[in-house]
Amino acid sequence: MARTQVVTGQVEDLHLVGLTKRFGTMTAVDALDLTIPAGSFFALLGPSGCGKTTTLRMVAGLEDPTEGAILIGEQDVTQLRPYQRPVNTVFQSYALFPHLDIFENVAFGLRRRGIKDVKKPVEDMLELVELGAMARRKPGQLSGGQQQRVAVARALINQPDVLLLDEPLGALDLKLRRQMQIELKRIQTEVGITFVHVTHDQEEAMTMADTVAVMNNGRIEQMGSPVDIYENPRTAFVANFLGQSNLLPGQVVGREDGVTVISAHNATFRIPTARVATDGDSVVVGVRPEKVTVRAKDRAGDLSGRNVLEGVVTDASFTGLSTQYLVRTAWGQELQVFSQNLSADDIVRLGDDVVVSWDPIHSFGLDGASDLHAGMDKELLALQSGDEPAQVG
Amino acid sequence: MPAVVPSAATAHGSDEATVRRSRRSTPYLLLAPGLGWLAVFFVVPLFASLATSLQVPLVEGDPDQGYTQGFAVQNYVNAITEYWPQFLKSFLYAGIATLLALCIAYPLAYFIAFHAGKWRNIMLILVVAPFFCSFLIRTYAWKTILADQSPVTQFLNALHLLPDDRILNTPLAVITGIAYNFLPFMTLPLYAALERIDFRLIEAGGDLYGSAWTTFRKVTFPLSLPGVVAGTLLTFIPAVGDFINAQLLGSVKDKMIGNVIDSQFRIVRDYPMASALSFLLMAATLTIVFLYIRRAGTDDLV
Amino acid sequence: MSTPTVDRAVAPFDPRDHVAKKPGAVVRGLRWVREHIIGIAAVLALFYLFLPIAIVVIFSFNKPVGRQNVAWNEFSLDAWTNICRDPTICESVGVSLQIAFVATIIATLLGTLISFALVRHRFRGRTATNLLIFLPMATPEVVLGASLLALFLNLGAPLGFGTILIAHVMFCISFVVVTVKARLAGLDPRLEQAAMDLYADERSTFRYVTLPLVLPGIISAGLLAFSLSFDDFIITNFNNGTLVTFPLYVWGAAQRGIPPQVNVIGSLMFFGALAIVVIAQIVGAARRKK
Repeated sequence: MARTQVVTGQVEDLHLVGLTKRFGTMTAVDALDLTIPAGSFFALLGPSGCGKTTTLRMVAGLEDPTEGAILIGEQDVTQLRPYQRPVNTVFQSYALFPHLDIFENVAFGLRRRGIKDVKKPVEDMLELVELGAMARRKPGQLSGGQQQRVAVARALINQPDVLLLDEPLGALDLKLRRQMQIELKRIQTEVGITFVHVTHDQEEAMTMADTVAVMNNGRIEQMGSPVDIYENPRTAFVANFLGQSNLLPGQVVGREDGVTVISAHNATFRIPTARVATDGDSVVVGVRPEKVTVRAKDRAGDLSGRNVLEGVVTDASFTGLSTQYLVRTAWGQELQVFSQNLSADDIVRLGDDVVVSWDPIHSFGLDGASDLHAGMDKELLALQSGDEPAQVG
Repeated sequence: MPAVVPSAATAHGSDEATVRRSRRSTPYLLLAPGLGWLAVFFVVPLFASLATSLQVPLVEGDPDQGYTQGFAVQNYVNAITEYWPQFLKSFLYAGIATLLALCIAYPLAYFIAFHAGKWRNIMLILVVAPFFCSFLIRTYAWKTILADQSPVTQFLNALHLLPDDRILNTPLAVITGIAYNFLPFMTLPLYAALERIDFRLIEAGGDLYGSAWTTFRKVTFPLSLPGVVAGTLLTFIPAVGDFINAQLLGSVKDKMIGNVIDSQFRIVRDYPMASALSFLLMAATLTIVFLYIRRAGTDDLV
Repeated sequence: MSTPTVDRAVAPFDPRDHVAKKPGAVVRGLRWVREHIIGIAAVLALFYLFLPIAIVVIFSFNKPVGRQNVAWNEFSLDAWTNICRDPTICESVGVSLQIAFVATIIATLLGTLISFALVRHRFRGRTATNLLIFLPMATPEVVLGASLLALFLNLGAPLGFGTILIAHVMFCISFVVVTVKARLAGLDPRLEQAAMDLYADERSTFRYVTLPLVLPGIISAGLLAFSLSFDDFIITNFNNGTLVTFPLYVWGAAQRGIPPQVNVIGSLMFFGALAIVVIAQIVGAARRKK
């Protein structure tokens, strides 16, 4: 491990207590209560304007909270200036000092804290991010990926309790982004510092973080491990923003043996009660497209014990490893189905009458009052509104 | 996990308040010396001269006896009725000279921005360098260039291009001098605006419109408009008040309002008249500037 | 082996027969002019810019007949070897340099402070401040000079170095503010936030990040103020008393005839400024390469 400094004290948990930020009448961050355990890789995920960057800036000390407190371990840092906090930031578009070379950029924090001998730690840190040869270049002479690594090195060298990353990969192209995701994850494992990563890219959040908090309108909609949030979304926003979902509003007709039975469009659906996010009688049934199987109606086979719907294939696009279908139900809703290409026999064609089905344990139930479009891509929504609405029952 | 202590948020409250207060007064501390200087040596003199412009002679008909404070709006009426031709000439000459400077500076700035390549910085230096040679010396040089016996005048005369057979001591000489002397004020803002334009936009324009002239009219010129506005204002404002070019290159008939104010103030010593003329000039200039800024839809300068 | 193109019975289309003829010399010449019209205009503009400078330099080597240095007589280095033959020339240059130097320092300092307040702080009275900065630039110089003189006369202030300095600082401040403000506004605020995040307090952030990044703007503002002050005639002419600056010397000398030494000083100013800027460019380029 290329740790370059003596670790003073141990890494501490980060607590946000009722943290609120209002700009005029607009509430950017709304009474956030959150504990981020020491040493974790935590992602704050949400669309632009959801308050995630404001939260990050309040933790860094670059924005004053309207109400609430920020604690690192037992120390309240809310009133401290940015340079008094054991927190460092990797800025969006990096904010490297253009007048200083790479070495001096990385050495900046050490020098400001009055550390005399910076040569060794800086060189070690540049090795960690594999930029040893670039020490005397100016930031303008580096590629985007290299600049990004300098920004990480410049923050990490200070051994902060918490490293904040504000959309750190946003300016990179797709291939480089994948590579840097792995790189950042490796560095985090090596140094063991708490990483708080702000992003609007759900795939990035799920790839890198131990814990993901999905944020919307200044509040956290749901928090948990990537698998947990993906498999069991508790709100329509999370169901749509993180991956895609088919949502069918219905009514509860019975609850027994840990299973909730819901009726919608003359069909009944079963959901494990533990996966239903509401106690009310109005429930939205949800299922992820890849959990659904599609079969031609005449060779559907035994479907007992599964949740079943009938429809017609209106679109089929073959992508190699899977085929994506749109299946229109009798009431006009289009369901999305991702089908793995296991055997050529399974393939159904445009216009075929089909049966779609899924195992009840893959269903989830949302509050019936949810806005079914929450969290969907706005442009996609605009495209679909010209067509039949996809997910309205 | 350590206990979350919400009350801790108020622990440093009083410190923070003092910090905030001092930060709130910072801008005023930064502004105070500079704005103070401008207030005492720009605003106060302006008001003093406003007062002067309303003064009346102590002894009627004999200005040598001095003046006393009055409210002689008549001074302004006199100033306009007596000197409106010079006012008109000032704005006319300054306006034509500004247009001329625009026509000269635009291709130059365009060339530097898009075609100069690695010579860009050298060319920018070349554009500014002549203006380090003193204003007056340059203007005297023009006097030599445009003199009756000079090759330039004789060449143009041979082509019968000059109505009066001469350049020096005509409005043409005054306008040439003004356009020359304020050229960098035109070229630099134009360059700054043009340089910001993505050249691919101009190429795309060429692709879509075909004709180079149409591309210029529809794409390049509108995009460079902020530079055109800034450049024309920075040229026009000093040009209106200038009297050196008119004095050195023009004839007695070509006197501009600057000449009148200068002589009223320093030779005739009719201070109320000089001040009234100053205020009229300033008011007229500001009116034109603000109308122009409004029309051009930019307030970058203010 | 018969392919369609070999079938000569039908007259084949040979694209080579249809290549347009090369246009004549006149057409090509006109086309060249049209394609290079901007370059030609730029060259003509440069010619216009340098014509008076050439005259100034050439006549600095003239040995004039009589007092007026307007007609070419014969080549001479007299003026160059004996610049201070009339000591008042060199004295006036000295006065101008002193005033420009002090005025530049004061105006650059005051103007830079104002720029920081305008770009970095929110405060009441911003519009009024902007107006107060803009107005001196929009006021004709005669008006500035005349009204300032009225103030000095009313106060009974002795005219001379002090009054000229006050006037020069006054009209330079606005130009400094505009120049520095542009540089400061182009500065990414995240750079300063990054410095604060990296343990630099307000003072260190200013010293190690803000100042080095704004310095080029401050320097160019200073150069602008220096040249404006050194070259000012109209305002100085109102407030000088009996002190003679270089532009005032030239103005006064014009009645008797301008000696070629004035051309020498004009040439020196031109070449000096050129040398400074070129050296700065070379140093800058070398530093960037490193």
